Order: sequence, then C-alpha cells, then structure tokens
Amino acid sequence: MRLTLRVWRQQNPDAPGAMATYDVDGISSDMSFLEMLDTLNEKLILAGDDPVAFDHDCREGICGACSLVINGDAHGPERTTTCQLHMRSFKDGDTIDVEPWRAAAFPVVKDLVVDRSAFDRIIQSGGYITAPTGAAPEAHATAVPKPAADTAFEHAECIGCGACVAACPNGSAMLFTSAKVVHLNSLPQGAPERESRVLDMVGRMDAEGFGGCTNTGECATACPKGIPLFSITTMNREFVRAARKGR
Amino acid sequence: MALDTRTDRRPSFTGLLWHSTVGKKTAMAVSGIVMLLYLVVHMLGNLKIFFGAADFDAYAAWLRTIGEPFLHHEWFLWIARVVLLAAVLTHAVAAYQLSRRDIAARPMKYSHKRHRASYATRTMRWGGVILGLFLVWHILDLTTLTVNPRAASGHPYANVVATFSTWYGNVVYIVAMLALGLHIRHGFWSAAQTLGANRPGRDRVLKTTANLLALLLTVGFVSVPVAVMTGLVS
Repeated sequence: MRLTLRVWRQQNPDAPGAMATYDVDGISSDMSFLEMLDTLNEKLILAGDDPVAFDHDCREGICGACSLVINGDAHGPERTTTCQLHMRSFKDGDTIDVEPWRAAAFPVVKDLVVDRSAFDRIIQSGGYITAPTGAAPEAHATAVPKPAADTAFEHAECIGCGACVAACPNGSAMLFTSAKVVHLNSLPQGAPERESRVLDMVGRMDAEGFGGCTNTGECATACPKGIPLFSITTMNREFVRAARKGR
Repeated sequence: MALDTRTDRRPSFTGLLWHSTVGKKTAMAVSGIVMLLYLVVHMLGNLKIFFGAADFDAYAAWLRTIGEPFLHHEWFLWIARVVLLAAVLTHAVAAYQLSRRDIAARPMKYSHKRHRASYATRTMRWGGVILGLFLVWHILDLTTLTVNPRAASGHPYANVVATFSTWYGNVVYIVAMLALGLHIRHGFWSAAQTLGANRPGRDRVLKTTANLLALLLTVGFVSVPVAVMTGLVS
C-alpha cells in the first residue's frame, strides 16, 4: 500500500505546530496503524529527520497508552484502539490525517503525545476504595450480587485512554469519570465513599478544565471499550443524590 | 496530640449544584421542563382561536381571573410570569456559563472536520439564542402590544390576526417555532439524561416522546399563523 499521511508536528508544548505531509510506501494491509507509523519513523530516522512522537505501550488494546485522532475519529474508523487498528481498514492511495487528542486539559507534549495526567488526578480524588492492607481477604467475606458485579465489570473495562475527551465537542471527561464512579459505586466495597467519591471526582474533573456534557453521545461512540452513555446518566443521578445527602 | 477541629462548612445543596458542571446542567434540565410544561398549556390555549373571537377573548379574560377570589385579579398571571422569568434566566445563564467553559475546553479544532451529531444537537446554542430573541419580540408584540400593528388592549384575537397579517410577523414566528421544535427534540431527552431518569429500557420511549412533543408543539403553534394566512381565522 502507498499512503499519504498528514501528521501533526509540534516540537514542544510552547512551539506552534502544523500538519506535515509524508508519503509512505510498502505498507502491508496486515500492519497495525502503529507499525505503519514505525515504518514512517524508520524512514525519517534514516533520512536524519526527527521521528514522529506518539504514545504506545502494550499494543494489545488493553493498556490505554495509544491515542491518535485518525481522519477525525478517535482511534480511527474501527471501534478499537489505534494499536489494534489494521491498515486493511484503509485503501491504497488514501490520504490519512493524524492528529493528537485535542483538549485544554490534555496539552500537547510533542507531536502526537499529549499529557493525560489530568486523568490520574481525577482517579486520585476518589477512584479508590479504603480497605485494610495485608493478606488477601476471604473471597466470600463480602457477597457481591451478580447484577452489581456485571455493572461494575462493564465500567471497569475503561482503560483511561481519553478517546471520550478527544471525541467530545466540549472536551468533556464525563464518560471517563462516570465509568470510574459507577464501577466503584456499584460494589459494596465502594459503598463507604459512595457520596464523597462522586462529589470529589466531578469537582476534580471540573477543576482540570474539562468541558461539560451536552449529551451529544460522541464519547460512547468513540470508546474502544464500549462504556455506555448510560454511565453518565448514572453518575448524574449519583451526583444529585450525594449533593442532597451531603458527604 | 491535638485533633484538628472540622470547622469547614459543608457546602449547601444549591451551592454544590451551581458550582459544578453536572449540577448546572441539572438546573438547566429543571428550568427547561418548567418552560416545556408551560408551552404545552400555552399551545393548547392558542388553539381556542379556531372557535372564534368571542371564545378566544373570553379565554384570555378568564386567564386573569384564575384563583379568584383567593387571589386578586391578574395575580395568578403575575405569579406565573415570575416563575417563568426565573426559569428563563436560570436556563440562559447556565447555558452561557457552560458554553463558555465548553468552548474553552476545546481551544484547538481538528483539521479533519466531520459532523456526526444530529442537527438538533448541534444547533442547541444558536437555537437557544434565537428563542431568547423571539421571546422579547413576542412579549413586545402580544403582551405589551408595543410593536403590534393593531394594539387593541383586551382584544387578543384582533391583535393575533393583525400580527399574522404582516409578512415579518409570520416569518419571525414560524422560524422561532421551528427552532423551538429542534430545541425540544434534543432538550427533552437531554434533560432526562441529566436528571438521571433515563435507563436502557426507557431510552426509546424518551426519544419518541421528545420527537412527539417537538412535533406537536411546532405544529400546534404554527397552525395559528397558517390559519390567518389561509383566511381560516380573520
């Protein structure tokens, strides 16, 4: 396959960036999107140019490190992570636009790499449970109803990649935050901090400069793990409940 | 060892709501529903125009007597106006503040553009501005009669006919009612989401209700200028 890539290049957080055009040849349709970028980078390095910086880690679709907005879609045209997106989803001769996540709360570090530590701070504000450390607890000590376990698991699938923020027209982190809130608030282990968790995590999310939710639904469409839009509905309910009860 | 004394005051319910994006949306949802309920009653009342001038004018006069003798003449109307004004202001201020925040949260647009959200969803902000401006026009036209071509106090039927006998009266009204339909189409369902009332099993019913409400209100309101234009009401 022969492709034309338009890639966002930005030297550092303060430098102005721009889209740069590259031609890449000899791409196999079985390559992943990241392997295609590796091929481009090999070419750039051999030519003595600066390779394109992008985030990646497990390349198995489970770590949440990879990102990229490809042709306007977070993680590209398929509903998966960029590392699990294959070049067979594109046609020979295509022009592909590759941009970083765009959000005020996710500043660009270099090229396609953005700083997602705002997510870490949201987790620090309430995405945990208080439990005694030491030996593993007896497995049957806390009974979890099956529907609660299913709900918690569905939301625990969130890998924190930030595609929801990238896809949202308001750069909102509601889907990420709600996935974490609903995951822990559904379980008996999360019950002691049920109210403070949602109030603190929403407070942190707002403080980080993410936008609000306008129920556009772009986030749930882009999410590679299929976190449902109803996650946000549940968090809204939890928030009003917690605000009424106080912490 | 000295224990710290918790002297920080617990934030109030309304304070917590108004100072968070989630809570501000809740305020928008509640005020939106208040306005929506009023519009349903308003639209049904408007349809009385099809029973003729005597019926319509008597209905308008009756509105001023609701609650009598407990309430003084027109007091109910003024209570309703205060509630509606509060709803409009809450809705508009929250929308303005949230929009400012949303735009600031996405300072850099994508160079590869695409539209996926529905037309109704994308036009909520400008649609809201159009409705706000229409509200000012509508009150000046048919409540204070400042810009009404006939301006006959106590004769609403004649005033309505006079307004819809002008081309601009029709254009302003019909454009605003189409904007209203689009606004309700997304707004009703969105309010259910914000208030946490939606569930996977209810989603389809809520979306259908939103579409039905939007359609019925738009058709109901637009039927009046259409009837004047076609000579059905004169």
